[in-house]
Amino acid sequence: MHWERQDMSASRTFRVLPGFRLTLGYTLAYLSLIVLLPLAAVFLKTASLSIAEFWNVISAPRVVASYKLSFGMSLAAAAINAMFGLLLAWSLVRYSFPGKRVIDALVDLPFALPTAVAGIALTALYAKNGRIGQYLDPLGIQVAFKPLGVLVALVFIGLPFVVRTVQPILEDLDTELEEAAASLGARRWQIFRHVILPVLLPALLTGFALAFARAVGEYGSVIFIAGNIPMVSEITPLMIITKLEQYDYAGATAIAVVMLVVSFALLLLINGLQAWTASRTGRER
Amino acid sequence: MSIQVRNIRKTFGDFVALDDVSLDFPTGELVALLGPSGCGKTTLLRIIAGLEQAESGQVLLDGDDASGTHVRERQVGFVFQHYALFRHMSVFDNVAFGMRMKPRGQRPSERQIRDKVHELLDLVQLDWLADRFPAQLSGGQRQRIALARALAVEPRVLLLDEPFGALDAKVRKELRRWLRKLHDELHITSIFVTHDQEEALEVADRVVLMDRGHVEQIGTPEEVYRQPATPFVYGFLGSVNFFHGRVEDNALRVGDDVLPSAQQEFDAGSEVIAFARPHELDLLADAHANTGVAARVTRILAFGVTARIELDGLNGASGQHFEVELTQQRVAELNLAEGQAVRLIPSHLKVFERNGITGATA
Repeated sequence: MHWERQDMSASRTFRVLPGFRLTLGYTLAYLSLIVLLPLAAVFLKTASLSIAEFWNVISAPRVVASYKLSFGMSLAAAAINAMFGLLLAWSLVRYSFPGKRVIDALVDLPFALPTAVAGIALTALYAKNGRIGQYLDPLGIQVAFKPLGVLVALVFIGLPFVVRTVQPILEDLDTELEEAAASLGARRWQIFRHVILPVLLPALLTGFALAFARAVGEYGSVIFIAGNIPMVSEITPLMIITKLEQYDYAGATAIAVVMLVVSFALLLLINGLQAWTASRTGRER
Repeated sequence: MSIQVRNIRKTFGDFVALDDVSLDFPTGELVALLGPSGCGKTTLLRIIAGLEQAESGQVLLDGDDASGTHVRERQVGFVFQHYALFRHMSVFDNVAFGMRMKPRGQRPSERQIRDKVHELLDLVQLDWLADRFPAQLSGGQRQRIALARALAVEPRVLLLDEPFGALDAKVRKELRRWLRKLHDELHITSIFVTHDQEEALEVADRVVLMDRGHVEQIGTPEEVYRQPATPFVYGFLGSVNFFHGRVEDNALRVGDDVLPSAQQEFDAGSEVIAFARPHELDLLADAHANTGVAARVTRILAFGVTARIELDGLNGASGQHFEVELTQQRVAELNLAEGQAVRLIPSHLKVFERNGITGATA
């Protein structure tokens, strides 16, 4: 008994990392001020609606169509980015070729470019008479002012996330692992599937989650190329703006609440998945 | 299975890693590739495994040219210095990996795989760790698992790249003995790379000494230790003292000093380098004797069965350090003190011509 006590007090007194209380306090205060307070305001404002009113606002057909578009296209864009981001990161890490640094820098461009500029540029390219659109149109593929246009914009703005999360992990990946797998008789695809992918998966999921989160909230680049046709190419953030322009603040926050809850649930799910894959790899988190 | 390499050449940019190396590794032997870092030993091992391609030359496995065969078809077990275990797989899955990657037709059933894995884990005496992950094991355990994993595909040869290099001294010694025992049970043709001469001499049936992309000597541990073929081998295997000198009749002139030497191989006047192991030197307390190389005692390490005396050269040998091993009795006889001037007398000298000396060190 006596010994246990001493141990406990020792572990309390000698903390190796200093400033636990200060940093935790600061973190919580900062998070409350910057994130939680505004979000709470959204919920508060929504609470001014009755349940029936709330339900009417969030289940209006136009709004429901926008959920489908926003979340569906965001997930699709994140999935596309996960695949091609991995490919891009792979090329950047594994091979050396002329212009590699330039391409590496280009990856970050969607971060830096004002989203409206991206939207206008993409619209100009993919419109029926645009540089790319003029060739796609005869094939029956219309991009601008269609759901497909939304996807293109979301893929564009989400590209850096997967590349930048996967790249460092890939750089750290020991080529000896692949050599060991090859010496044990594994073929290229098996090495990728059983040795490389499991190690990359947590980072890939993080990149996916970031790209998805960014895509759900994206407004600037999408509204130009989407054309905003009701029931076809309206995204949820646009519905919120529309309500705001009509001075329907409670209606706007009601839709915002739905977005928040769904996004949060999806992110939680992805994080859970990530923790699960990480624990399967024998790492503690 | 026997391994032969024929006229292997490999360069990295301007650096010649292997220069026309030819070697025979007989079936069932455990051979050590020994040499300082950068001598090309690891490159040679990787070329044999197929992890690296030689610019010219051939690798023959069992007499067949394997130069064009991919590593996954060579049936070699490769063990890496840093284990290269798959950290997202349990120990069991690591060992089972090779069997599970086989094409569907040749793949054993899960039951057969389970039996084989447990058999191998028993062999490396780590069956109780099957469910752990590599991160939860010690270095020595990881390397044994890596070895079990390599053996799981029933390789024709086993190649080990500095297998104990990342382990601490005690574990290294233990694993050395264990590897030797394992080889005696399995008799699989094995090559291991090391820069640790003690390890090579203790474990291997045959030692290949390499330096700067060349093979310097091949032989049993006893042969290479007792009859070093080149100054490099002499200097690399164990501590050594050396004297630069010129051959005179029945003597070797080192600066102003003279060493008695009965060697007949070299003509009078030729420039030579002479080696003596620490136990092949004696001391004369009389600093003014007309024979022996003058030196000053800097340190006497009198613990252990024998005493070690460290000396600095004087006169012609100034700037050089010497190490002498004497019995405790002899030390008492000489009544040595630190700072005392003495003369070094070799009981045995190994003399090489000075031309073409390749960096022998004391």
